[in-house]
Amino acid sequence: MDFLNAIVALLNFVIVPATAYGAQLALGALGVTLIYGILRFSNFAHGDTMAFGTMITILATWGLQSLGVTAGPLPTALIALPLGIAATAALVVGTDKMVYRFYRQTKAKPVIFVIASIGVMFVMNGIVRFIIGVDDQNFADGARFLISARDFKDMTGLDEGLAIRSTQAITVIVAILAVVALFWFLNKTRTGKSMRAFSDNEDLALLSGINPERVVMITWLIVAALATTAGVLYGLDKSFKPFTYFQLLLPIFAAAIVGGLGNPLGAILGGFLIAYSEIAVTYAFRKVVGYIGPEGWSPEGMLQLLSTDYKFAVSFTILLIVLLFKPTGIMKGKSV
Amino acid sequence: MNLTLDRKAAVLFALVAVLYIGTGFVQSWNTALSILNMGLISAIMALGVNIQWGYAGLFNVGVMGFTALGGLAAVLVASDPVEGAWGATGGWQILLALLMGGATIAAAIALWGKMKGHKLRGLAMAGLLIAGFFIFRAVFDPAVATVEAIDPALTGNIGGLGLPIILAWPVGGLLAAGAAWIIGKTALGLRSDYLAIATLGVAEIIIYILKNEDWLARGVKNVIGLPRPVPYEVDLQANQAFVGAMQGLGADPVTASSITVKLAYAVLFSIVLIALIWLTQRALNSPWGRMIRAIRDNEVSAAAMGKNVTARHLQIFILGSAVCGLAGAMMTTLDSQLVPSTYQPLRFTFLIWVMVIVGGSGNNIGAVLGGFLIWWFWIQVEPLGLLLLQGITAGMAEGWLKDHLMDAAAHMRLLTMGLILLLVLRFSPRGLLPER
Repeated sequence: MDFLNAIVALLNFVIVPATAYGAQLALGALGVTLIYGILRFSNFAHGDTMAFGTMITILATWGLQSLGVTAGPLPTALIALPLGIAATAALVVGTDKMVYRFYRQTKAKPVIFVIASIGVMFVMNGIVRFIIGVDDQNFADGARFLISARDFKDMTGLDEGLAIRSTQAITVIVAILAVVALFWFLNKTRTGKSMRAFSDNEDLALLSGINPERVVMITWLIVAALATTAGVLYGLDKSFKPFTYFQLLLPIFAAAIVGGLGNPLGAILGGFLIAYSEIAVTYAFRKVVGYIGPEGWSPEGMLQLLSTDYKFAVSFTILLIVLLFKPTGIMKGKSV
Repeated sequence: MNLTLDRKAAVLFALVAVLYIGTGFVQSWNTALSILNMGLISAIMALGVNIQWGYAGLFNVGVMGFTALGGLAAVLVASDPVEGAWGATGGWQILLALLMGGATIAAAIALWGKMKGHKLRGLAMAGLLIAGFFIFRAVFDPAVATVEAIDPALTGNIGGLGLPIILAWPVGGLLAAGAAWIIGKTALGLRSDYLAIATLGVAEIIIYILKNEDWLARGVKNVIGLPRPVPYEVDLQANQAFVGAMQGLGADPVTASSITVKLAYAVLFSIVLIALIWLTQRALNSPWGRMIRAIRDNEVSAAAMGKNVTARHLQIFILGSAVCGLAGAMMTTLDSQLVPSTYQPLRFTFLIWVMVIVGGSGNNIGAVLGGFLIWWFWIQVEPLGLLLLQGITAGMAEGWLKDHLMDAAAHMRLLTMGLILLLVLRFSPRGLLPER
């Protein structure tokens, strides 16, 4: 019985939140890795792209709510999501036309692209703050729990409760759908194949008549969809604050690099790896160990390796280890 | 060519001077001098980034971290010693724990090299690191508890040395150089994007450490009231000779005292800035400077000429970071306080980058110009934006939209800075004062 309690506690405080967080990071990292694969630079504006998409979705959600439209037990934001994606797609395609295309044509060095993306980051950050402000916004509605801790206790008779918030379940389901759709697109459609060809060998792809501008455009559209979805899911699960989205850049980059930049499968793996390590290292294992240990004994300390404030340090340490020992990432990515 | 560039520089500096002097006339001399003081510090930071980016093409986006380390140096050097913090179980034990932690990492690196090719290499290193971590925590945690228990409302940290704060400036540079050495050893030699991400991460972690390690610099409880290298306003106002002299000039002694203090800071900062400009210009025009630029322009051919590219990159990275640390210590001196939560990457890292790109990467004078110019804009965009929005909304009916627009004026800064960066990068990629 105690052993079961230990497992439930572990599920409740580590596995479930980390799975949701991992799915959000994976979606974010997919966006970064696609841009890296096709446009060949690290996009510093990705966090703020996510913030922009989420902001539009929030505004649309508020609009729908004021009209009395809701999605029943599901969050209204899911109905508003397509609008958010469309607006973000318009924004990033416009940005590409106005900013990045010029550097592509002049064949600028990758670092120039990165600096340009910093400028874009400033502008997007400014737009988001200008429209919605810097405060926390909570826009989750609908049913709060799939299973609440008390229901679980009543059902199983265990001492520990297992709560699964509906936002966590939705996050995982939406992320799975998005990833399946993306991989179907990349592997089965003609356009997806041309994207992969372009990423593998640009010259060869050009030679076989692939239009680079079209590939780039489609990449941006996919990135807009991924970034907005990741941002909205993160915002539903936690809350929306522009500065937090900027800070997400670090774990997202870490996930993409750990998995192997330019490798979509690696990005997903990296996202979950970072999320599980962040949460496992900063969780106080006292309760879990107390259940497993002998009756009536409980460990003295909190059994927490690092305080929760250092969660970014965890992703960064993993990043450093990977960079030092396997610079191309776990799944083989690019290292130009 | 040189003459026209010099003339262009003179004209641009004159324009910036007009901006600052204009601020003095339109707003107040107090405001103008505060902007000038931070402008001087910004110019020094821009010099530091320019050493890395302009000389060697190293993309460092961790300026914030090095600045914060400089601020930490100011606290550790200049704040008053805390009684009892350095007893046997306090500060010394923390120091011992940190040394043990460092020794563990060094041992792990040595082990990694020793066991090359051995099957259990990874396992042995992981075991060593995990054991080392627990021993470190066993020594570290009680010592931290002891230190943080000392009068937590006022101190609760290891305190400082109580030395003059000017001494903290070089110490800040040294701290930043030390951090840069560690980062450079691990991340240089990989491609440029990776250095960017590594420095971004290190900067965030330095800020997290400052926020959370209360024993070090009181964390988010902040350290306030650091001693000054210049007189206090109240002392000047109490000084008969000063008051008499100011009244003789027909000035209000209260305003005059704060202007005098700011001028004193400006003089101190200017001395540092001029010394740094002189040093960096000398370095750039020396054989060493030519070698560095040769490496930047073509690493392969420089390596073929027998130049050690990685070692030079490390050297440059450390030098530039040290300059940023120095500037950070100066900034904390100016503020007389260390507030970790005010360190924001947009303000302390990316803004400095805008200064360098706008000023002219590779040109020290350009970076300094960018520092002054962009800092002035950063401060003045807010009132200008407010004016602009007042103009736009003047005809609008009162309502939430007008209120919202007026509130949003505060966020014009980021937008403007981003636009300036993008426009300069696109239409004048070599900056206002291009490299010669």
